[in-house]
Amino acid sequence: MDVEFQHISKNFGSVKALTDVSLTARSGTIHGLIGENGAGKSTLMKILTGYQSKSSGSILLDGVEVQLNNPGQASEFGIGMLYQEPMDFPPLTVLENFSLGTPHQSRQELHFALKTLSIRFGFDLNPDRPVELLTVGERQQIELLRLIHCSIKVLVLDEPTTGISPAQKEALFPALKQLAADGMTILLVSHKLEEVANLCSEVTVLRHGKLTHHTTAPFHFPKLLTAMFGFVPKRSDRSDTRDTGPPILIFKDIEASGERQGLHRCNLTIAEGEVIGLAGLDGAGQSTFLRLAAGLISPDQGKVILFSDPLPYGAKASIRAQELHTAFIPADRLEESLFARISLRDHFSLREEHGMFWQSRTETRKRAEEAIATFSIKGTPEDLAEDLSGGNQQRLLLSLLNRNSRLILLENPTRGLDIQSGQWIWQHLRDELSPDTTIIFSSPELDEILHYCDRIIVFHDGLIVLDSAVPETSHDAIAAVMTGIRESAP
Amino acid sequence: MKKLILDILLGSLLVFSFTYIVLLIAGAPVLDAFKHIWLGAFASSIKISQVLSVWVPLTLCSCGLLFTFRANLWNIGIEGQVTMGAIGAMAVLRTPVIDNPTLILCLAFLTSMLCGGAWGLFAGLLKTRGGVHEIFGGLGLNFVSQGFILWLIFGPWKRPGIASMSGTELLNRKLWLASLPGWRVATAGIVIAIAILILTWLFLEKSRLGLKLKAIGQNPKAALLYAISPERYYLQSILIAGSCAGIAGFIQTTGVYHRLIPSISSGYGYLALLLVMLSGYKIVLIPILAFFFASLNVGAIQLPIVLQLDSALSGVIQGCCVLCALFILGIRQRRAQP
Repeated sequence: MDVEFQHISKNFGSVKALTDVSLTARSGTIHGLIGENGAGKSTLMKILTGYQSKSSGSILLDGVEVQLNNPGQASEFGIGMLYQEPMDFPPLTVLENFSLGTPHQSRQELHFALKTLSIRFGFDLNPDRPVELLTVGERQQIELLRLIHCSIKVLVLDEPTTGISPAQKEALFPALKQLAADGMTILLVSHKLEEVANLCSEVTVLRHGKLTHHTTAPFHFPKLLTAMFGFVPKRSDRSDTRDTGPPILIFKDIEASGERQGLHRCNLTIAEGEVIGLAGLDGAGQSTFLRLAAGLISPDQGKVILFSDPLPYGAKASIRAQELHTAFIPADRLEESLFARISLRDHFSLREEHGMFWQSRTETRKRAEEAIATFSIKGTPEDLAEDLSGGNQQRLLLSLLNRNSRLILLENPTRGLDIQSGQWIWQHLRDELSPDTTIIFSSPELDEILHYCDRIIVFHDGLIVLDSAVPETSHDAIAAVMTGIRESAP
Repeated sequence: MKKLILDILLGSLLVFSFTYIVLLIAGAPVLDAFKHIWLGAFASSIKISQVLSVWVPLTLCSCGLLFTFRANLWNIGIEGQVTMGAIGAMAVLRTPVIDNPTLILCLAFLTSMLCGGAWGLFAGLLKTRGGVHEIFGGLGLNFVSQGFILWLIFGPWKRPGIASMSGTELLNRKLWLASLPGWRVATAGIVIAIAILILTWLFLEKSRLGLKLKAIGQNPKAALLYAISPERYYLQSILIAGSCAGIAGFIQTTGVYHRLIPSISSGYGYLALLLVMLSGYKIVLIPILAFFFASLNVGAIQLPIVLQLDSALSGVIQGCCVLCALFILGIRQRRAQP
C-alpha cells in the first residue's frame, strides 16, 4: 500500500513541529526517515499511526484520502508501529502477547502461527515464557510477529536497533527486507546512517520540521549529513590517554544479582583519572556493575570499596557514594534521574546539598539560567523536565552534576541523541571536567567506546571476559568476546 | 476560564439532579429537603458556628493530608491519628497535678500533636522498615486506636458508676476552649486552623521540604540520585500529617464534645481524604471545599428531625457530590490530553 503525506503541518501552540512536509513511501520499499533529535520524525509517524492529529495537510493510502483520528482507525487501515520501547504486557507470556489484537483464533492455531512466523524469520521464542524475562530485542521480535500476524500493510519502525544486541539486529534486518519484498511498505525512523544505508532504498531527511532532502539509493553520506545538520560534524581525533592516579574503586569478589545474569566473580581495580568503557550485549552485566558502584544495589557477596571506604549495605549506600563525590547518570532519564513534572529551576534547588530551609528562588533561577547558557539547553528555567528533548535532558543532567565529582558513572550517555549532541556531551565530559575525574560508562556502540575511553571492560553473561587498554585490542577482538567467543585459538 | 465556569455549572447541575433523584427514591419532598439542608446550616449564628466547628477538623486533616499526598503516600490512618490525638489530650487533661487551665490546655495541645504524629510515624515505619503498604498499615492502626479508645471509655476512664457509649465524664468547664458569646465554636480552633493553613501553604510552596516531597512523590528512584532519601521524607510527611490530625483530635475533645466519645474523629479523616482529592491537591480550594462539606454535614442533620428521613441520607448526598466532582475532573483531564 502506498502511503502519501501531502503538505503535512503540525503546530503545538506556537511551536511548529512540522511545516509542509510531503513524501511518498511506496509499497514494497523501505523508506528511511532521518534527522536529528526534534526534527519532527516521530511527530510525522505519530500522525500516521493516529496518536496525534495534524494541523493541516492530508494523508493518502493508495491514492485515497483517509482520516486517521486514533490508533484504532490507523490499525484498521493496516498501519502498525514498532516502538522504541516495546509496547507490550510484561506479565503475560509470549503467546498471550502475540495473540493480542489478532483475529480470534484457538490456542493451537495461535501457537502454530507463532511457530511458523518465528521459523520464517529465524527468531527463537519460547511461547510460554513471560515477556518480562525477555530482552528488549526479543520483545521487539514478538511485537513484529504480532503485527505481521495482524496482516498489516504499512509498518513504521522507530529507532528499532536501540537497545537490541548485534545478533538480534542481524536477525531483524533480513526479516525487514523480506517483508518489503513481500510488498509491505516500511517506514524506518533512525539516526544511524549506516543502518539506513543498509536497509533503505529511499531516504527523506527532516530538519527543524521541514523536508530538506530526498534521495534514492545509493546514498552520498556527506550530502545526508549536510541535510541533517546543516554542516558535516567533525569527529575529533581520538583523545589522548590520561595519566592515572591511585586506585579509587575496587570490586572485591563480587557476586550480585540484577539484569538477566547478575554479576559474578568480579574483581577489579580502577584508578583515578581513568576513562573506562563497559561493553557487552544488552543486559550482560554492565548496568549491574554501574549500579553497584553507585550504591544503588548491594552485592550478595563481596565488597565495593570506593575511595578506600567500603560501601555500606542497603539503602544508605547510595547516599554514602554521593558523599564520596560519585555521580551516576542512568540511561533512562525521565524514569530514573529527572522529575518529569518539576521545573528546571527546581531541579537545581533539589541538587543543593546544604541549602536553607526555605527555597531561594532568585538564587536557583540564576543557577538555572547560567546552566542553560553554559550547556546550551533549549528551554527556560520554568520549563518542566518532560518538555525537554532527550538531548536537552541529558545536558540538564550534566549541568546538575556536582562540579566536585570525582567519579562519574554513565549508563549509555548518548542514548537516543543525535551525533552532534553526543559529541557535545563527550567534549564536555573529557575536556570541561578536571582530568583526574574518573569516568566509567557503558554503551552499546562499540565505536563510541573505542573512540573515547582508555580502557575497555567487556561483559558477557554476567562475567568480565576482557579487560584491556584500548590501544592493545581491536574492534574485532572485542566484538568476538562480546558475543561469547573465547580467546580464539592461535 | 470560560470552560472552568462552565464545568462548575455543569458539576453543580449534576450534583443537584443526582441528589434530586436520590431524594425522590427515598420518598422525600425534594425542594423541602434542600431548603432544610440550607436552613440547617445557615439559619442562625448557632447553626453557622456548628458548621465552623466541623470546618476546623476537616481543614486540619486536609492540611496534613496535603503533605502525605505530595509524597504520594495514602495516609488512610488519619482517622486513627485524630483519635490518638484526642486520647493524648484527654490523658493530660485528666492529670490533676497542674492547676493552671491555660497551661494544661497548652500541654494537652502539644501532647495531642505528639500522639497523632507518633501514630502516623508508626504507620510510616511499618512501611519503610516492614514493607507494609501505608494503606494497610494505616487501616490496621485505625482499628487499633478504635479499640483503644473504647477500652479507655469502658475501662479506666469510665464515668463513676456507669460505663456508656456516650463517653467519659464531661471536662471541667475551665478546660473548655472558649467561644464568643452566642457562638458555638471554639475561637482558638478557628485560629489554629487558619494558622495551620498558612503554615501548610508556606511549607509546601516555599520551603525545600515541600519541593523534596514533590520530587519523591513523582520519582522516588530519581530522588535517591539527588541524595534525598525517600524513606526519611516519607516519615517526615506522615509525622506532619499525624500531628495535624492530632490537633484536630485536641479540638474535638476540648472545643466540641468536652469529653472523650468513641466516635471522636467523626469520620472527618476519611472525609478529608475525599476533599483533598477533589481539590486536586490545591490548598486554596481546601478551606472552600471544607466549608461546603461542613455545611452539608451540619445541614443534613435536619433531614431526619424535620422530615423523618433516614439519617444515612446525608452521607449519600455527600457521596453524590464527590462522585459528580470526580466525574467532572475526569472529563477535564481527558480534555487536557492531546
